[in-house]
Amino acid sequence: MSEEHWIWRSDHVISSDTGAGRRVLEEVLDQLKAQHWVPRDIFAVHLAMHEALVNAIVHGNKLAPDKHVHISCRIAPCLVRIEIADEGNGFDPTNVPDPTDPDRLESPTGRGVMLIKAFMSRVEFNEQGNQVALEKRRAGETVSHGRRAPSCPASP
Amino acid sequence: MAEYRRLDVNEVGDVTVVRFRDHKIVEDLNIQELGQEMFQLAESEKRGKLVLNFSAVEFLSSAALGKLITLDKKVKAHGGLLKFSNIRPEIYEVFAITKLNRLFDIKDDEADALAAF
Repeated sequence: MSEEHWIWRSDHVISSDTGAGRRVLEEVLDQLKAQHWVPRDIFAVHLAMHEALVNAIVHGNKLAPDKHVHISCRIAPCLVRIEIADEGNGFDPTNVPDPTDPDRLESPTGRGVMLIKAFMSRVEFNEQGNQVALEKRRAGETVSHGRRAPSCPASP
Repeated sequence: MAEYRRLDVNEVGDVTVVRFRDHKIVEDLNIQELGQEMFQLAESEKRGKLVLNFSAVEFLSSAALGKLITLDKKVKAHGGLLKFSNIRPEIYEVFAITKLNRLFDIKDDEADALAAF
């Protein structure tokens, strides 16, 4: 973990169950709302974390009841970091076909990794490809729900 | 007219206007049911002109995008036309990033979509 001042932490080990993943996700989103993150950033975290959890549960663990997903959630004043690890064989995240390729545009699947990378400030996979760390830097000083959010440095 | 659980279906002239009942199109079961109902509109009921109004939709996942792609194919296969309207900026960004805004015919609001047929 980076040297951030975490103001909220939550760690979970869940079964390969999308409902269990959704409950962890809702917990994170509730915390971001409580910290007055802007809706656009909350949407981004919602989408990326949902897609990463589906990848772990459905594609990584193949919904196997004897496999688990390890989720680590941290929130700092200007950063949220989510680590998700499945117990599957992994994949090569550098070898994901481009879903915007004209030949694949009408494919109903294959957009999860792209959306994760597009909506997060930083995405890191481990070498095996069965663990991912998502980071979202908070938007700069804004007013949200009548409260002024902390001044956060712009993303590099 | 068939009963729908996930959709509100109305007729405006010869155009079928569909609104989603779910604010967050994300759960697998809901997406499966949603897909079945949309496909029924396109295939069984052979609606030739469809507008999907996204005004109630706050979130949708990549799996939901897949259902919309399949719906678009089914409507086109029957010679129909499909348009989307009232998409929130953050959701439109999802369509733009995935370049699906080039596949789908997206209008700002329902009136624009109806006028475009």
